[in-house]
Amino acid sequence: MAEQPLPERQSPLEPEYHPGSHGNFEHGVDVILSETRPGSILQLAAWPGEEKRLIEIIRKVTGLALPDGAGGGVSSGGRAAFGFAPGKFTVVDEAEGLAQAFAGSITPAIGTLTDLSHGRTAIRIAGPKAEWVMAKFFAIDFALPAFPLGAGRSTNHHDIFAQIQRSGADQFDIYVFRSFARSFWKALCHASEEVGYEVQ
Amino acid sequence: MLITCPYCGPRDVIEFTYQGDGNRERPQPASQDLDAWNAYVYDRLNPAGDHSEIWQHSGGCRAHLRVVRNTITHEILSTEFARGGHKSADNRAEDRP
Repeated sequence: MAEQPLPERQSPLEPEYHPGSHGNFEHGVDVILSETRPGSILQLAAWPGEEKRLIEIIRKVTGLALPDGAGGGVSSGGRAAFGFAPGKFTVVDEAEGLAQAFAGSITPAIGTLTDLSHGRTAIRIAGPKAEWVMAKFFAIDFALPAFPLGAGRSTNHHDIFAQIQRSGADQFDIYVFRSFARSFWKALCHASEEVGYEVQ
Repeated sequence: MLITCPYCGPRDVIEFTYQGDGNRERPQPASQDLDAWNAYVYDRLNPAGDHSEIWQHSGGCRAHLRVVRNTITHEILSTEFARGGHKSADNRAEDRP
């Protein structure tokens, strides 16, 4: 595939993205919301029995060593990877072109690569009340022992499918379908009003 | 009702989609045994008690699961990946390299 310059990517959140403090922030801002706009969001899938080979390829290409086990993940230096389903992984890079970096290494015998960079929107929620706000949205356990650092979860919020990675002790990255992202963002802002939020 | 997905852990039933009775056996696609096809399409055990079912974790990891559920109490007795140790639902052999 010849590399061609892509048009500049527009954020689907743009009309509803209002930097600044909002909601009940007189006593302080307890969550910070932002769009991280990674250049590459990939979905990698291994055929049954090929999972370890795929994990090794992810390590070679990105330098991220995925831990064994369901939902295991890691996030470091602008790159992130996590398992979200049996044999399936989301791999994210701040920079564009990660799909090309994988080209040739994921052979048809091992699995598949799907470039979702234009199909997903990445939203970050951080701060002391991030777990609280997330727990209002999703029926899963966000406590650190149940949802360790780097780990990924797939779940949904009113039928909007979401992949969530814990990228910090009080920070989560949420990947949602781009076409639903603005609606999800508005809901997340409303949910954050009670604790006071800042959009960066 | 909570179903414990083997991959995701315990999740609310709202994340799952019922995919039907897990006791059916689909005839080979070329089969002309009308009784076997009739049984596959229409015959159900409909027990009052433990029932083997196929569910999909459609709002999570999207894996297909074999779930044993008590139809009276809704207690979930076991969950496992549908593909593990079972024939594929459509009886096709795994023909990948």
